[in-house]
Amino acid sequence: MPDDLPLLEVRDLSVSFRSRGRDVPIVENVSFSVDRQEILGIVGESGSGKSVTAMAIMGLIDAPGVKITGSALFRGQELVGLSQRSFRHLRGREISMIFQDPMTAFTPVYTIGWQIDEQIRVHEAISRTGARARTVQLLGDMGVPDPERTANRYPHQLSGGLRQRAMIAMALSCNPSLLIADEPTTALDVTVQAQILDLLRNLRHNYGSSVLLITHDMGVVAETCDRVMVLYSGRVAERGPAEAVFRQPGHPYTGALLDSIPPLTGPRPERLPSIAGAPPPPLERPSGCAFAPRCHYVHESCMILPSLIAYGTQDVACVLPAEGHPLPPRAAGAA
Amino acid sequence: MLTALLRRLAQTLFVLFGISVLVFLVFFATPGADPTARIAGKNASPETMEKVRHEYGFDRPLPVQYATMMKKLFITRDLTSYVDRGEPVVPEIVMAAPVTLSLAAGGAAIWVIASVTMGTVAAAFRGTLIDRGLMILGLIGISLPVFWLGQVANLVTQARYHDTWMFSWVPGLGYIPFSESPTGWFRALIIPWIVLAVLFTGIYGRVLRADLVAASGEDFMRTARAKGLSPARVLLVHGLRTSMITFVSLFGLDFAQLIGGGALLTEVVFGLQGVGRLTYQALSNLDLPLIMASVMYSAVFVVLANAVVDVIYVFLDPRVRDA
Repeated sequence: MPDDLPLLEVRDLSVSFRSRGRDVPIVENVSFSVDRQEILGIVGESGSGKSVTAMAIMGLIDAPGVKITGSALFRGQELVGLSQRSFRHLRGREISMIFQDPMTAFTPVYTIGWQIDEQIRVHEAISRTGARARTVQLLGDMGVPDPERTANRYPHQLSGGLRQRAMIAMALSCNPSLLIADEPTTALDVTVQAQILDLLRNLRHNYGSSVLLITHDMGVVAETCDRVMVLYSGRVAERGPAEAVFRQPGHPYTGALLDSIPPLTGPRPERLPSIAGAPPPPLERPSGCAFAPRCHYVHESCMILPSLIAYGTQDVACVLPAEGHPLPPRAAGAA
Repeated sequence: MLTALLRRLAQTLFVLFGISVLVFLVFFATPGADPTARIAGKNASPETMEKVRHEYGFDRPLPVQYATMMKKLFITRDLTSYVDRGEPVVPEIVMAAPVTLSLAAGGAAIWVIASVTMGTVAAAFRGTLIDRGLMILGLIGISLPVFWLGQVANLVTQARYHDTWMFSWVPGLGYIPFSESPTGWFRALIIPWIVLAVLFTGIYGRVLRADLVAASGEDFMRTARAKGLSPARVLLVHGLRTSMITFVSLFGLDFAQLIGGGALLTEVVFGLQGVGRLTYQALSNLDLPLIMASVMYSAVFVVLANAVVDVIYVFLDPRVRDA
């Protein structure tokens, strides 16, 4: 397969759940791609459909009445509609996932090492000792002190940071080409968070893995990602190279998210600006721009659903740039 | 881990001592009631009263009375029932215990296997007809009274169809010791086992299914699926193993309760001379020594069974080990 094709190409992915006789759209027509050894950040607040997008790619949504349409090509293989049996060979081996809360993500009754061994042995014909040797190696690579002893410990005996390292070690155990990290640092304190992000950033060099990083924290994106996609209420608001998005956000929502990061230089603001209101529930999503009710720049043309338009190196679902009133560029280093 | 086990053992001994003191006080130190008259039975002659008073030390201080009682129960084992014309009590319990033990253990084996299968299958096929069918079966099992089910089983196997090829192998009601004939023991008990197990299978199957369904929403189950494990492996190795913790604690309580005489109805219906029946007879005759002995016996088993459950816990749940 040629190397210039993206590793994962998602096109018009929609996910809807059936509730009380109605299809509730959670994710609508989301498209993006992840290149080899690239880190893509998916940003959005709770309920914006970030996690559902990831779960749909992993084939982990099995609620009754769920409808997934569109296409997700992983190394040329269609994932939407793939049988669970075929998914099983991809999951853990080609695509791995780490989760938000490392406290509950391990089965409490088995040792960390046992659980990593299990994943290796499910996908590869390898002896017990061979699997354990690799487990210890991985734990060591992830910066776990005394990996041999740690492998024999139970999840509850480890700190949150160590558990997340072990989780990443487990996700990497079969050398996956794509790692989906669903809010991997949200449950950790700030110093540990920085270490874990460092680890994720270096994966592409050490393991050649691409990372799909799901977060609600623009600061995490700024530190880690090559490209970023902002989701709002199940739709793409903006997507593009992280640097460009941070320099000149095209969507007012992105701008508002960036405003909510505390500045590192200059006078400390009394209060950080916040976005008034809450995102609309899926059933009450406006037919026009979903952000319109909370937007400072709302006007008549926002009542029609804006399509994604090219804006510099970015794609923006907002009428402002086309109307000749783009948001002002942001001071460098503000993020 | 070893210290945890030793600590548990020490606790068990302490609890047993506490129970024995409590039981002793209830029966022999209740104010306003003369234990001598109660042990000697109704209309006892003054000579008997005097003999009992001296034998049990009721003319001496309470600690001595307690020690005498314990000695008679556990060391000399010559505690005697005067209601029952001088029959020693401890051998009666020793006779009855294997019956109850056989009944409860066999029933437990059946209900554990049946309910684990039932709960797991129902959880695996959650929301389908299989699930609903199994849960309704469980509910029916819970609703059937043991004495009724036992009588129906007797009617079918002992009377109506006893002479047909189907049930001619069933021996008459009663217990056949294992040492006498292992196959006879099995044939005499298999129907009581099943009858006893029906109720518990229903309860345990439903509890296990609920636990498995709750576990399927846990993060670690999602992790297990994301690792690429097969659905069967996710359910059995990760879900069932974790859900067994509730199952085991429930089992400890019920099993101890059965061994301690809780299988009275089953014992009566199937003519088994077990501990439950013995206790019942002692209570209806107000046979104080026998009541004392059987209560102590039950207490020992309940406490021991709980200790065993705690030990199993230590193996099942690593979080308990460090606590």
